[in-house]
Amino acid sequence: MKDFCKMTLTEAVAGLRAGTFTSVELVRALIEAMEASQSTIHAYVTIDGEGALKAAEEADRRRAAGEDLPLLGVPIAIKDNMNVVGQPCTASSHILEGYTAPYDATVIAKLRAAGAIFLGRTNMDEFALGSTTQTSYFGPTENPVARGCIPGGSSGGSAAAVGGDLALAALGSDTGGSIRQPASHCGIVGVKPTYGRVSRYGIVACASSLDQVGPMTKTVEDAALLMNVISGRDPMDATSLDEPVPDYTQAWVGADAQKPLAGMVLGIPAEYYGEGLDPEVRARIEEAKARAVALGATLKELSLPHTAYGIPTYYICMTAEISANLARFDGVRYGLRVPCDDVIEQYKRTRAEGFGAEVKRRVLLGTFVLSSGYYDAYYNRAQKVRTLIRRDFEAAFAQCDLLLAPVTPEPAWPLGVYQNDPIRNYLSDVLTVGVNLAGCCAIALPAGTTAEGKPVGVQLIGPNFGEMMLFKAAKALELPRA
Amino acid sequence: MEYEVVIGLETHVQLKTVTKMFCGCSNAFGATPNSHVCPVCLGYPGALPSMNQEAIRYTVMAGLMLGCEIANYAKFDRKNYFYPDSAKDYQITQLDYPLCLGGGVEIAALGGGRKTVRIHHIHLEEDVGKLTHRAGCSGVDFNRAGVPLMEIVSQPDMRSADEALAYLTALREMMIYAGVSECNLEEGNMRSDVNVSIRPVGQEAYGTKVEIKNMNTFSGIHAALLFEIDRQKRALEAGQVIRQETRRWDPELGETFVMRTKENADDYRYFPEPDLMPIALTPEQIATWAKDLPEAPAKRRERMVAEYGIPEYDAGVLSADRALADFFEAVARRCGNGKLASNWVMAEVLALTAKSGTALADSALTPEALGDLLKLLEAKTINGPTAKALLPELFEKGGDPAEIVKARGLGQVSDTGAIEAFVDTVLAANPKVVADFKAGKQAAIGFLVGQVMKQSKGKASPQVVQQLLRAKLAALA
Repeated sequence: MKDFCKMTLTEAVAGLRAGTFTSVELVRALIEAMEASQSTIHAYVTIDGEGALKAAEEADRRRAAGEDLPLLGVPIAIKDNMNVVGQPCTASSHILEGYTAPYDATVIAKLRAAGAIFLGRTNMDEFALGSTTQTSYFGPTENPVARGCIPGGSSGGSAAAVGGDLALAALGSDTGGSIRQPASHCGIVGVKPTYGRVSRYGIVACASSLDQVGPMTKTVEDAALLMNVISGRDPMDATSLDEPVPDYTQAWVGADAQKPLAGMVLGIPAEYYGEGLDPEVRARIEEAKARAVALGATLKELSLPHTAYGIPTYYICMTAEISANLARFDGVRYGLRVPCDDVIEQYKRTRAEGFGAEVKRRVLLGTFVLSSGYYDAYYNRAQKVRTLIRRDFEAAFAQCDLLLAPVTPEPAWPLGVYQNDPIRNYLSDVLTVGVNLAGCCAIALPAGTTAEGKPVGVQLIGPNFGEMMLFKAAKALELPRA
Repeated sequence: MEYEVVIGLETHVQLKTVTKMFCGCSNAFGATPNSHVCPVCLGYPGALPSMNQEAIRYTVMAGLMLGCEIANYAKFDRKNYFYPDSAKDYQITQLDYPLCLGGGVEIAALGGGRKTVRIHHIHLEEDVGKLTHRAGCSGVDFNRAGVPLMEIVSQPDMRSADEALAYLTALREMMIYAGVSECNLEEGNMRSDVNVSIRPVGQEAYGTKVEIKNMNTFSGIHAALLFEIDRQKRALEAGQVIRQETRRWDPELGETFVMRTKENADDYRYFPEPDLMPIALTPEQIATWAKDLPEAPAKRRERMVAEYGIPEYDAGVLSADRALADFFEAVARRCGNGKLASNWVMAEVLALTAKSGTALADSALTPEALGDLLKLLEAKTINGPTAKALLPELFEKGGDPAEIVKARGLGQVSDTGAIEAFVDTVLAANPKVVADFKAGKQAAIGFLVGQVMKQSKGKASPQVVQQLLRAKLAALA
C-alpha cells in the first residue's frame, strides 16, 4: 500500500471511497508522523489524536452505512487562528492560552458538513503577524524541504505540514501573502481567493479588509477540491459576496491536451521582476514563462505602476485594523488574565505579558496611524493609494487574463536570520501584498528548486472571482510531483 | 445681567428590534445576566457583525417621522476605547455618514407660540454591556451589548429647561408613534447627554458648554438643567470662568458634579468599520418604508380637531396613544358623530380599561361595535342608560349591539300611548309627590320620571316621559 502520508487529498478521497483503506488507518498514520515530527519540524501547535481517531471511526461507520460526502473521513490540518468547536484556538499567542473555541468558523462548519476531520492545529506567526512563523509564542516551525530554513509565514505550520507530508491538505489564511509565501517556500500549492469568496467568520481577525482563507495543498486539483467546499456567501460575514460557486475541479476539463493555455494572455508586470529578485528565483520564473508559452499562452509585458507603494500602504492599512481587532484581548472574557485591582492596569499587564514583540510593534504602529493629527497623513492617504493599486490591477486585467510573477524575491532563508530586522521582513512581502490590497485572487504553485534544493514558487494572479481561470492555468503549469 | 440659555441634546433611543444589531440574540429587557449572548456580542475571537436590516429600517422611519433627509450613502465606523462593558473594546457607530440628516421637532416656545428644535442628524450604533459594582468586585452583563441605539442629536436650539422637557416629550411621543421604540424610561430606552451653556442676552457667540452625561429621566434632566443654569449664572456673576467639562447629576443631592474636564480629551481613533459594507438606500426602498409611516402626532391632533370637530383637549388626549387614536377615528367614522365618539372613548372606554386593568387592545371591544352602539343611540333606538349598560358586555365578550338590542327587546319605547299609560299609573300611585310638585317643589318631577322609567323597564325615552309628565301635571293644576 502507498504511504498514507504522501498521498494527495484527491488520492485519499478516492481510496476511502473505493474502500482501499479506512479513515482510521489514514488518521492513525498521519498522527504518528505528526507526533514524531513535533520535536523537529514543529508544524503543529496542538494535535488532537484522540478526537481525530474518534471522528475517523465515526466516518468509517457512516461510510459503511452507505453515506458518501466529498471529504468523508478525510483529515484536514487547520491553521491555529480558525475556531473549531471544542478545540483550543490560540493564533499562536500566549494571550489566547486556555481559550477553547465555543463555535465553528464557517469554513470549518462547511468542511465538517463535507465529512472532514480536524486532527491538528498548525503553527503560525502570532496573530498571523509575520512571514517566518518565528513570532509564534510556541516556538518556530522548520522548513521540511529546505531544512534549517524558515517555512515562511504566517501560515508556516500549514505549509510545513503539507510540504513535509504531515497533512494531506491544510487551510491557511492570507492577509499579505501568508498562504502564498509559505506555500512557495515549502514547495506546495496555495490559493488566496478573491476577497469575499470565502467566509471570514470564525477566523481570528488579522486585518479584516485583507484577510482571506484558502487551501494549502500538494496539487492544484486538491486546492480546487477544497475551494469547492469552503467557498460561498455567508450571512455571518457581511463582506462575503453572493457569487455562484462553480465546480473548480472542472476548470481544466476540456482544455486542449497540447496547448491547454491557447488563447490565454499572461501579463508580466515589470515591477515584479525588479532588482531585488534572486537570480535562481528569476531563472525558475523564466522557465515557467517558457512553459506557459509552450502550452499556448501569450505573454504581455505590462506595468503595475504603484507597486512600490504596496509595502508602506499595506503596513498602514493592516496595522490600523490590527490595532482595533486585537483590542478585545483584554483579559476580561477569555484567555490570559494578569489580575490587578485596577482594570486599566489589568489591561496593561495582561497585554504586556500576553502579546509578543511583533504584535506590540504593529498595534503601536496602527494606533499611531489612526491617531488624531496623523490620521490624514497616514491612514487616509493609505486608503487613497490602495485605490490606485486596485486600479493598477484593473487596468492590467483589461490587457491580460492573468498575471504571472514570482511569489517571493528570494528562497527561504535560515531560521534566526533577520529575526530582529522587521523592515527586512516587511520588504519580503512586496510581491504578495498588492493582491490583498486590490482584493483579487492568486495562486502560488511550485516552479522547481534552487541548486541547494530550496523550493521556488510561481504566482498567478487573477481578477476578482477569476479562480476558474487561475485553476485552469495552474493545472497546466503544474510540474510533475517528485 | 440677563442671560440666555442654550441647550442641545444628544438622545439615545433604543430600537425595539426583535434581535440585536449584529447577531441573532434577543433584544428583550430583564433577562438573567449574560443569557442573551453569543460569540458576536461577546466579542469572541473571529466573530463578525452582520447587520440587522430592521435596525436600518427603524432608524429611517424615525428620520422620516422627524422630517430628516435620508442619506443615500451611510457607513459604520469603529470608535476605539478600552472599557470592561465593551466586548470588542471598540464600538460600532457612525462618525461622518449617518443615516439621517436634518429634520426637527416642534414644541411650545418659551415666550409662547410654537418653535422648531432642529435635528442635526440621527446615527445608528450599538449599545455596550452593563456594569454592576459590588464590594470588592464588578460584574458585566452583556445582554445589552449590541442592542441597537439611535443617537438623535439636536441643534443647540432650546432656550430653557422647559423647552428641553417639551422637546423630549414630543420626541418620545414621535418615536413611539413611528413604532421604532418603546421609549420606556425605566428600562433606559431613552438616555440623553445634555449640553448647556449661557450667554449674555444679545451676544452671538455661544458660552462655554458643559455636558451632563447619561440622563434617563425627563424630570432629572429638567432638574439638572435648572441647577446647572443657575450654577453657571452664579459663576459668571462671581467673575469665574465656565470650564468645558463633563458633569454628572446626583439626583439625591440635586447637584451636578465634575466628571472630567475636556483638556484630556480622548482620542477615539475612528476609522471605517471594515467588517460591514456601507449602506446605499435607494429612493424606492425609502418610499416603500415611508408608506408604513404613521401621521406625526402633532399633525394628527390638528387634523382630528378639523375633521371630527372635537376640542383640542380631546384631540390631545386621544392622540397621545397611537392605538387609542386609531380606535377613536374608527368609531367616529362608523357612527358619524366625532364629538359623541370622543366623549364615549375618553369617558366610558378609558374608565373601563382603568377599572378592569385590561388594555383596549386586549379587550373584546371593536371600534365597529362601539360605532354601531353609538349609531343606535343617535337614532334613539336605545337610550343613554341602555347604551352605557351594554358597553361593559361588549368590552368583555364582544357582540353585535343591534342584535343584542333586538334579541333582548331593549329598544327604546317612544310610543306616546304606551308611555302615557305608565304616566297615569305613576301619577295615580303618588298623590303626595304630585301635591309637592304643585306646591312648587320642582325637583319632585325627577322622582316621577324615575318611577315611569322603572315601569317601562328602562326602555322609555326619558325625553318623552318628561314631556308627558309636564303636560299631565300642568293639566292637573
